[in-house]
Amino acid sequence: MAHASTHDDHAHGHDDYDDHGHKPIGFMDRWVYTTNHKDIGTMYLLFSLLMFFIGGAMALVIRAELFQPGLQLVHPEFFNQMTTMHALVMIFGAVMPAFVGLANWLIPMMVGAPDMALPRMNNWSFWIMPFAFTLLLSTLFMDGGGPAGGWTLYPPLSLQGGDSFAYVIFAIHMMGVSSIMGAINIIATILNMRAPGMDLLKMPVFVWTWLITAFLLIAVMPVLAGAVTMLLTDKFFGTSFFNALGGGDPVMFQHIFWFFGHPEVYIMILPAFGIVSEIIPTFARKPLFGYQAMVYATASIAFLSFIVWAHHMFTAGMPLGGELFFMYATMLIAIPTGVKVFNWVSTMWKGSMTFETPMLFAIAFVILFTIGGFSGLMLAIVPADFQYHDTYFVVAHFHYVLVTGAIFSLMAAAYFWLPKWTGRMYNEGMGKAHFWLSTISVNVLFFPQHFLGLAGMPRRIPDYNVMFADFNMISSVGAFAFGFSQLLFVYIVWDCAYGRKREKASNQVWEGARGLEWTLASPPPYHSFETPPKIEPWMLAHSDVGH
Amino acid sequence: MNTKMKAAIGAIFSFGSACAWANPHRWQLNMTEGVTEVSRAVQVLHMQIFYICVVIGALVFGAMFYSMYKFRKSKGAVAATWSHSTVAEIIWTVVPIVILVVMCIPATRVLYQMYDTSKPEMTVAVTGYQWLWEYEYQGENVKISSRLDRPSDQTRRLKSGRDPYAVDDYLINVDNRLILPIDTKIRFVVTADDVIHAWWVPAFAIKQDAVPGFINEAWTKIDEVGVYRGQCAELCGKDHGFMPIVVEAVTKAEFQTRLAQMRTEQNPLEPQPVLAGAPALTASSFE
Repeated sequence: MAHASTHDDHAHGHDDYDDHGHKPIGFMDRWVYTTNHKDIGTMYLLFSLLMFFIGGAMALVIRAELFQPGLQLVHPEFFNQMTTMHALVMIFGAVMPAFVGLANWLIPMMVGAPDMALPRMNNWSFWIMPFAFTLLLSTLFMDGGGPAGGWTLYPPLSLQGGDSFAYVIFAIHMMGVSSIMGAINIIATILNMRAPGMDLLKMPVFVWTWLITAFLLIAVMPVLAGAVTMLLTDKFFGTSFFNALGGGDPVMFQHIFWFFGHPEVYIMILPAFGIVSEIIPTFARKPLFGYQAMVYATASIAFLSFIVWAHHMFTAGMPLGGELFFMYATMLIAIPTGVKVFNWVSTMWKGSMTFETPMLFAIAFVILFTIGGFSGLMLAIVPADFQYHDTYFVVAHFHYVLVTGAIFSLMAAAYFWLPKWTGRMYNEGMGKAHFWLSTISVNVLFFPQHFLGLAGMPRRIPDYNVMFADFNMISSVGAFAFGFSQLLFVYIVWDCAYGRKREKASNQVWEGARGLEWTLASPPPYHSFETPPKIEPWMLAHSDVGH
Repeated sequence: MNTKMKAAIGAIFSFGSACAWANPHRWQLNMTEGVTEVSRAVQVLHMQIFYICVVIGALVFGAMFYSMYKFRKSKGAVAATWSHSTVAEIIWTVVPIVILVVMCIPATRVLYQMYDTSKPEMTVAVTGYQWLWEYEYQGENVKISSRLDRPSDQTRRLKSGRDPYAVDDYLINVDNRLILPIDTKIRFVVTADDVIHAWWVPAFAIKQDAVPGFINEAWTKIDEVGVYRGQCAELCGKDHGFMPIVVEAVTKAEFQTRLAQMRTEQNPLEPQPVLAGAPALTASSFE
């Protein structure tokens, strides 16, 4: 987690692994020109952490305005820019790059490879991101402001904004290019760089989930690119793809967008499933229950994600047959998702559990993600969805699956692998404090939003009837507590990397840890496996292809 | 479930009460039952799927908390080595499928009902604008333009210095209400003029996107006289939060009087039918 090579030499100078001077010296050589999967992974993770705080600051603007009825802080125009940017920054800037960062760090170590398959492309796919987000965020300071039509960019509203919209679209294109290159790299690495004996059905579940996620990315990012390009030509070149007056159809945009958007939500959760499937067996000291079922369930969810997109559009005016098809297909997703949850619980059953910070976050993930899954099941019921749609009930739903789902899994992953990455143990007491602060405050933040939605509060409004005031105030208090609790995480990570008193981590780090990455030194050598490891069954979390 | 328990749970989730809330109320936890057959059916569906989730959640989280309590290393638990059970996996695949199929049946039935816009007794065209609603009683030559009421509008300005608590029905009140008769099958044809809006009245369980250039349909048959409030439910720009919907449901007879009044006001040059002693209205006279 070093920022510059000087720090790094200082921090790692005493380590006993063989460095051989492979690590380039100097900021440009080490970080800008780097082709090393660990350095790129670190940059992805730090970038996503920065974006997490920027997106979080926007969320706090939203929650501050909603703290009480009446407009006290911002104009509605700016409020809409905040809701739009918060979503874009969190989805494309925080969650997705964080998972790519983990993939970079872990996949080569997990499959026994020296590095990613396409290291130069890896460099490019990261370095596009800071430019894409500089462009995107700069629109907030332009005439007419940033995008204010919601992250879903529905026309005609999204086309009403200023010319800065062209920057937004270009930024989205850059993010898409970055994601596709990252996905190609991950697929190439997993399919070509596995050590002898690392059969597909012996791979860690995290590698499996990323393999499937990478295919989803390649399938849907071009769809998003097409959708926003049509917006671009509608706005600037006089086409009428989405303009009814010119023979177009605004609802067609929604179909195209959600054909991207629904697989996108699985892009943000499948790697989380992988992370949790690594952590729970480690701290239960028991093999993952139903490994193959996990893999097949992941693949089924990925497949189903392509045939449920219109459940985001039940009120858009679809024919009855369409509503029924998308309702049934959506309900089907509950089955593979249920299999996963039951498997995690069965892994815990008759284990020998300890509750270090990664395990706490993983258990909270299972419980709170499942609550988000339940509200998802409720949303699938079309007649009921007519009441839930575009209310705070939906806001509560997707924040349960994305914050206590995706973000909690990322926190779990950070605590789980930090000792491996830095070679030093983080402060367990502070980690637990971070966990409890986050878990309590996030529920104070999002649980009351279910009630608000059911009582009739629409989403994306800057002000509300006074009857909604109580729960909004509670929610805002939770938001500030959750937001500021994350500063503790930054301190813990810094302290783990540079703090004076941290003890050295062993190679295995956790008593129950299985997998090739734990056979390497902590921190691992700059090039993970220069020669393919000889894989023994005890090294792997799952070596029995029978199940 | 016995009635006492049902009542207790009902009190907790505030759905047991017979009266429908026209307005949201403080600390409201649950969806309104509404005032139509469809809205009550929707509320029942909502509670059914909710209880199914509660039961599954209790089982799953119960098993998790039990294992967290029982199978701790600090209590000397020794990890088992099994990692597979075909029987268990078949059970927890098949049982959810059965639950989902059981849930699909009533959901499909209610959806069919919601989509049956045939044989309406009257039709109201609803058009969304940035940022107001316009209603037209089709065939009656009567239009209502309905926007946020003045007290709310003055109070909601940034740093207006006015107290939202002092305004009646803050942000969910309009200048001109949509007047509708009860016990009448009313069809809505919903569209928009500029961007996409959504016409949502929770008490009728209607939420229909208003899409420029396209017409969507919905229908309702209101059971009770009352004032029912809703809001635009699709982000439509800066004043999206400030285009509420208010429906005043009145008896059929009163509706005729009000409609005639509006017709006279809006079309002063037209010859007016004599109101007093007019023949009783039949359903066909609305069409």
